[in-house]
Amino acid sequence: MLNYLKGLTPHQIAQAVSRDRRDFLRAVTGAGAATALFSLAPLKALASPRGRKVVVVTFGGGARDEETFMPEGQENIPHLLSELIPKATFFTQVINRGILGHYVATASLATGVYETFNNFAAVPPDNPTVFEYFRKDLKRPASDAWVVAPSNGFNRIGESGNRSYGEGLGAGVILPKRLLTAALSSGGRVEYQHLLRDNYETPLYTPELAGNEIDLEQLAEILKLSVSDFTAHARSLASPDELSVYVARQLMRQLAPSLLWITLHDIDIAHSGAYSLYIEGIQRSDRLCAEIWDAIQIAPEYAGRTTMFILPDFGRDSDSDSGGNGFQHHRTGDPLSRTTWMMVLGPGVRENVVVDRAVESTDLVPTLGALMGFSPRLSQGKPLMEVA
Amino acid sequence: MLPSELSAEQFRAYPPEARQLATDHVALFRELPVSFLPILLHEVIAYDWKFPAERKDLDNQLAYLTALPAGELQRAMAGFAKVRLSPELEHFDWVNAPEAFSDRLSAYLWATHQIDAFHAAAVDYLRRYTEVSPPQPPPMVRLGIVVLGQGVAQNSYPLFRKLRPQGVYFKQVKPDNGFNILLEAVLARAAAHPIPYAHWYIDGGAEQAVSCPALSRVSYDALASVRASLLSKMEKAIQSGIGGPEALRTMLTRVRPEELGLSSAPGEAVLNRFQVSVLTEGSGTQIFSTSFVQWTAREALRRAQPATLLARFAPRQRQRPMNELISGKPSNITLDPQGSLLDADMGAYLTWVNQQRLAGAEQSSFLVWFEDHSEALAIAPSLPRGTESSSAIDLGGLLAQIT
Repeated sequence: MLNYLKGLTPHQIAQAVSRDRRDFLRAVTGAGAATALFSLAPLKALASPRGRKVVVVTFGGGARDEETFMPEGQENIPHLLSELIPKATFFTQVINRGILGHYVATASLATGVYETFNNFAAVPPDNPTVFEYFRKDLKRPASDAWVVAPSNGFNRIGESGNRSYGEGLGAGVILPKRLLTAALSSGGRVEYQHLLRDNYETPLYTPELAGNEIDLEQLAEILKLSVSDFTAHARSLASPDELSVYVARQLMRQLAPSLLWITLHDIDIAHSGAYSLYIEGIQRSDRLCAEIWDAIQIAPEYAGRTTMFILPDFGRDSDSDSGGNGFQHHRTGDPLSRTTWMMVLGPGVRENVVVDRAVESTDLVPTLGALMGFSPRLSQGKPLMEVA
Repeated sequence: MLPSELSAEQFRAYPPEARQLATDHVALFRELPVSFLPILLHEVIAYDWKFPAERKDLDNQLAYLTALPAGELQRAMAGFAKVRLSPELEHFDWVNAPEAFSDRLSAYLWATHQIDAFHAAAVDYLRRYTEVSPPQPPPMVRLGIVVLGQGVAQNSYPLFRKLRPQGVYFKQVKPDNGFNILLEAVLARAAAHPIPYAHWYIDGGAEQAVSCPALSRVSYDALASVRASLLSKMEKAIQSGIGGPEALRTMLTRVRPEELGLSSAPGEAVLNRFQVSVLTEGSGTQIFSTSFVQWTAREALRRAQPATLLARFAPRQRQRPMNELISGKPSNITLDPQGSLLDADMGAYLTWVNQQRLAGAEQSSFLVWFEDHSEALAIAPSLPRGTESSSAIDLGGLLAQIT
């Protein structure tokens, strides 16, 4: 069911979204118009620019409705509410039926299959990733698909272990925190805080197995960025996610990849139990999403031809489930921890549209396939017709 | 091994009271599915160090299961019996390592998409059990008190937003001698009903010295050397390549109080085991005092089910920024009172939520006070909900209204 909310203010949209998801349809006026709109031609027929690019931003360490779109949480996401939602098609119910661990869940987002490997193991996804489908089907070079991710295990996310795809067909992976650690190897580090910040749920344990991950020298070569410039800039940043976005912008400037996947992770500080830091993480992610969108608009290679997807990998536990501890974790598998949202922006994407039907996080890859023209054969999801 | 193959001899490594308990119930254990029994044994093996409320609950569960006729026991276990396990899990030494089994079972249930079915089976089991053996309210009306905001001079953050719909928001509280008034009230309750582990005082900083054997006290500062010892242990384990986060967790669950400099002497072992569990099972409790207080209060309520709980938050250390990380030089630890206020505000709400999960919730009272300031919120059956009061009142007067 599609609901067309054009004419409503961002605040009104947010209010509508923040109501109980099941009551959402009743809260929206103009359902008849929505039905009529739904019968229009598929969106891809409206706009299919050559050289289309896609930027996917995921939040590793999801944010709950009550700290985002519920009335008391809206103060934390001013950029999403005021700048991005008015330009977006917004999916209010994105269900993740898989394992609620960040690496395995992000890998599931990237393969369109609920992966079942050990979240803490440095293993590639079993099923082909979106990067492999994209590169193989469209015969794109390695420089055209990149992942910028936190360093806790994500080094294998660029390509799968699938025999028909896999080695040599995936995305390059940049782990900015790992690079920073390497750059500082002779300088020592603040011990425990660093470990905590590196992986909040399980201190340390960054897997050592190699993937398609670039090293410091490659970073300098690819991004035209010296190690000293990299560390000097990092010094001015407040968080690992800011470092990731900095690296992503460098990639956009130097290589302009057609498929860029950025996984933010600051929000996952919630595992430390410090609510204020979790809120800061949400506020920072909100700001960084707007900065990425703004960067897209001013980059000649991206402006006017880029579709951006923003979605948390999953939610967090509700306060009411006794098996959890509120916002701190995502262990219960309750509806709140499995349900999140997604917004899609870009040329041809209808603005101010809210989609309230339940979709699955595995629908992302088929949607990207429909949008970019590749075939995600092994994906379990379905293209989201509202944007694909 | 299958449960039907169990014998009393297999519990010889259990602590004394746990061994006796297990031996007394071998016949029952033989009838339980392997997806359920290790979880029960996980509770049994810790029997010697459980709080009285936990012991009573475990005794009641065993009595409930033992009394069920064969057909009803089968029905009560039906959801668990349907869970498919891997051969590795079935052959695991779940008798002696039920905790490790539980961790592996959890991972397996997630990976095989059986976690929801397992959760439903657990909910169904608990419903059946509590229908027969409902939890009993405390001997006196339960009172929870949270004190927060220490070190904050001025604040613009709207406090108690989540709790306001539940009670009265007092805007003109006289803060004079406030904490002492609250502590005295807790001590009076402990003296009136000196039941072991029924009255708790948790402090995120240095605890105020009191002499009251019936008051269980836990504080962040008192555990400073224990925390340091634990962090050192974790760091060594990580550097030695222990084998991953799950192996680290398993290692932590096996840490005994004496390994961290705490006594295991009778009389101290139960509380010290509890304190170690807060630090080894709670995420962030080793680093942030606000997480420590919230998690300790949660676990005290869940496990000891106290009649009185006083939890006082203190400023936690500030999160280290990236430039400190880069400098490689540990700087002096600075505190973050304002951030801690937000942490504690959520912590107060979660404490109330956890209190409301216990028997007698409809009669219980709750008070949260912004330390040394004029804001407080009180919840009690005698008070209206979602209202404000501008009347001048001291904390003694507030307590009188809710107890």
